[in-house]
Amino acid sequence: MKVVVDMNKCQDHGQCVFAAPDVFQMDDNGRLAFVPDPDDTLREEVEEAADVCPLQAIRIED
Amino acid sequence: MTGRIVIAGASMGGLRAAEQLRAAGWAGAITVVGDEPHMPYNRPPLSKEVLAGKAPFESLAFAPKAAAADVEWRLGTKVVAARLDERTVELDDGTALAYDGLVVATGMRPRRLRCEGPLAGRHTVRTLADAQGLREELTRPGARVVVVGGGFIGCEVAATAVGLGVTEVTVVDPLPLPMVGPLGELLARALLKRHEERGVHFALGTGVAGFEGEDRVTGVVLGDGTVLPADVVVESVGSIANTEWLDGNGLDLTDGVLTDELLRVGGLPEVVAVGDVARFPNARYDGVPRRVEHWSIPTDTAKHAAKALVAHLVGGKAELAPFAPLPTFWSDQHEFRLQSFGSPVLGKDDVRVLDGDPDDDVLVGYHHDGRLVGVVALGGQAAAMGAARYRAQLLKQPALTA
Ligand SMILES: Cc1cc2nc3c(=O)[nH]c(=O)nc-3n(C[C@H](O)[C@H](O)[C@H](O)COP(=O)(O)OP(=O)(O)OC[C@H]3O[C@@H](n4cnc5c(N)ncnc54)[C@H](O)[C@@H]3O)c2cc1C
Repeated sequence: MKVVVDMNKCQDHGQCVFAAPDVFQMDDNGRLAFVPDPDDTLREEVEEAADVCPLQAIRIED
Repeated sequence: MTGRIVIAGASMGGLRAAEQLRAAGWAGAITVVGDEPHMPYNRPPLSKEVLAGKAPFESLAFAPKAAAADVEWRLGTKVVAARLDERTVELDDGTALAYDGLVVATGMRPRRLRCEGPLAGRHTVRTLADAQGLREELTRPGARVVVVGGGFIGCEVAATAVGLGVTEVTVVDPLPLPMVGPLGELLARALLKRHEERGVHFALGTGVAGFEGEDRVTGVVLGDGTVLPADVVVESVGSIANTEWLDGNGLDLTDGVLTDELLRVGGLPEVVAVGDVARFPNARYDGVPRRVEHWSIPTDTAKHAAKALVAHLVGGKAELAPFAPLPTFWSDQHEFRLQSFGSPVLGKDDVRVLDGDPDDDVLVGYHHDGRLVGVVALGGQAAAMGAARYRAQLLKQPALTA
């Protein structure tokens, strides 16, 4: 699974971090960091993260 | 599995419902009926980035999930009536649609002021067309803007207008502070100060008595007789649930559609409600049914409602815990953000500063019977992250009734 985040859209709400903590994290400056090629077992979590992003900046590419 | 589920309302709640029905295993037909001409789009930027000209309208559309690719979208079509006993809805193009399952997702529309005076120059912000029209008028040189209502959307529009360089922006509200309803006094005061420092004017403790002008608005008459000159008026005085199409079915439609703890409507297992229009009990708190107009709710309700509906339609029993979402909202105003978790409104009588100070980044806790029920941060990214640290604690709290 490939995860793409539109960093021009991202406003660091951090909702994705609650939904998929194994894939999305906030660094010490409050900016988003993420794993671009997480294991497929995490798909449901990542879908949830994409759903809850207020900017709809997260996309999953198979 | 055959049959059809009809979803009334094609915004975020309608889209999430369609996706979650597929996720819950529904393989039958899904028809979404929506009266707007657009596919579902994201509303929060309408009072912020879209109004500021920072997000093109095309960037707002949700990308529907692949699993929902075969959903039928009937856009530009209104549901005008429902016969729940016969399991049909009627559309404004004269067709009747039979359903096995029905999802109510018709959301809200802005309440309007019922005052004498011209209509031209008066705006609300709920749809793409609204935001487009308002942006055009705000960006006219020398526009004088009066925002009626110091809630969420009113405060956001005022901040955006100032950011666009509008020099005369006044927020009118009968209450003594902006956003005092959802936030309580401490934060409302801090918010007022920030807005004033950035050039927003306020006329508080007084309502609107009428509008002046011949063909279009030239002024807003306040309850105390003062007249505020205005070229553009934004009415953000609350919203009304779109439920008229459900009239005549014996449902409780006072303030949205009343649901049970599985989002089912009127005791009918084949009818559920999602999003802003649903008035549901939250098992996390006191079980009192409430509507919650936050962006997180369409997704939360759709997930729960879809599971309950599909379990019923495929003949199973919904082994579902009562719905108990943790509400969350944000609001971006000027360069700062309000970030909330939990239900601050239930703890407004016992508000404590948890971190920071109201003139700077601040994190505030709301308590009920000494128990933390909500946190709200106001400030920059550090404040929002501070609030996030309390999220786990709020999730672990026992129900208020426990
Ligand atoms: C300007 C604005 C800014 C916001 N900002 C924030 C924010 O910063 N943070 C936050 O947490 N939340 C925010 N929200 C709230 C959030 O956008 C809503 O909670 C969310 O849009 C609710 O989605 P919904 O699908 O339930 O309802 P709606 O979005 O209201 O959708 C209902 C749809 O049904 C259609 N409809 C109505 N009646 C019928 C009918 N009879 N037949 C067919 N279709 C019908 C409507 O036209 C509409 O398309 C904001 C809302 C607005 C309007």
